Amino acid sequence: MGLLSKKESKLILDPLADNNPITIQVLGICSALAITAQLKPSIVMAISVVFVLGVGNVVISLMRNVIPSKIRIIVQLIVVATLVIIVDQVLKAFAYELSKELSVFIGLIITNCIIMGRFEAFALGNGPWRSFLDGIGNAAGYGVILIIVGFFRELLGSGTLFGFKVLGDSVEKTGLYAIGYENNGFMVLPPMALIVVGIIIWVQRSKNRELIEEH
Amino acid sequence: MEHIELFFKSVFVDNMVFAYFLGMCSYLAVSKKVSTAVGLGAAVIFVLTVTVPLNWLLDQYILQEGALTWLGPQYADYDLSFLSFILFIATIATMVQLVEIVVERFSPALYNSLGIFLPLIAVNCAILGGSLFMQSREIETFTLALNYGFSSGIGWFLAILAIAAIREKIRYSNVPAPLRGLGITFIITGLMAIGFMSFGGMLTGGDEPAEVAEVQTAEVENTSEETIENIAQNEIDEVSEITQQ
Repeated sequence: MGLLSKKESKLILDPLADNNPITIQVLGICSALAITAQLKPSIVMAISVVFVLGVGNVVISLMRNVIPSKIRIIVQLIVVATLVIIVDQVLKAFAYELSKELSVFIGLIITNCIIMGRFEAFALGNGPWRSFLDGIGNAAGYGVILIIVGFFRELLGSGTLFGFKVLGDSVEKTGLYAIGYENNGFMVLPPMALIVVGIIIWVQRSKNRELIEEH
Repeated sequence: MEHIELFFKSVFVDNMVFAYFLGMCSYLAVSKKVSTAVGLGAAVIFVLTVTVPLNWLLDQYILQEGALTWLGPQYADYDLSFLSFILFIATIATMVQLVEIVVERFSPALYNSLGIFLPLIAVNCAILGGSLFMQSREIETFTLALNYGFSSGIGWFLAILAIAAIREKIRYSNVPAPLRGLGITFIITGLMAIGFMSFGGMLTGGDEPAEVAEVQTAEVENTSEETIENIAQNEIDEVSEITQQ
């Protein structure tokens, strides 16, 4: 990457795998799981978080020398809330159905721990450009997990991707259904999100044994 | 009757953790020991009981469409609901700060046990989630909002207490190494959530929360078979029809 120095590209790439906000840092699970039953809301959610965290990190980083440390939490919350209102209004205007489906979970980006966590841990101590990269990297790491979970839950639960019937028609028994394949209706229910994330963590940690926790 | 129904629904059926994954971050981070889990759980109950009714008042008298009528007829057209995120989170942050000061002044013992958790709560999704669900479900009266806040808190408390107890026990089990810690906690929470789904059949009539129905129907449309949720939904609808008759 000519544009970014080695250190800077590390800021983006690290959170994608070895320092993933969801599977390693355990941040931002709150609003992540409920909306991953299908691929489309997962992607919209991921994009929203990339926007909020990227811009928010820059704003906080620019203000870091003027925010009194005692009231910094409330200042951070106001910054996030403003950004989230923008996202919410844009979604309502251009993708009303989707914003209905995501219901309160767009609002809950405000209390997504990734955002507060990155503000506290990075933006308050670093310049705007680096904070921006860090924000984009972490939000992308979060988005990747969301999209993986959404992909498997929609594929196995409904046999579709983005609403397209990729496995054939389950009513007319074409494609895979012709040989007796059945959708696993359980995958679209909330508890399976947790189990799918659990399995992702399992796979990741078996590949990279340094990440294994002591009891 | 309405109150009892709402109470059981919020504690078991619409459990914050198991049905909506709210407050998962602190739920996973602070559930290693039962004693700390109880501390955080109590703080969540407390803050939810205070903030949900408070935000209900804000919603009714400032934010909703036409809510400003009490200022004068010329304000009747205003719809400030797009401001609700910022107003709710501001209320929550100030309330948490206020609660912290008051508790510190009047009950140092409680402060010492809750103290470190209180600032954490401002960014707990369960708190903001409580207020947002209160708004989107259009809870009707102040006392119902109070009840909703309190019982959601109880539900969250139960969840974190249960997982903390399980995690204390599981320390002596032989879990596959890559699953240790976070992985197994996720999977156990998933299993507990499946268990809690069975409480869905406990509901006798009443209004099924609208957003669940919306999200689920969108998913269900894609599946040709009826999912468990769908069947439960039908049962609930049938029961409510019968009770109405």
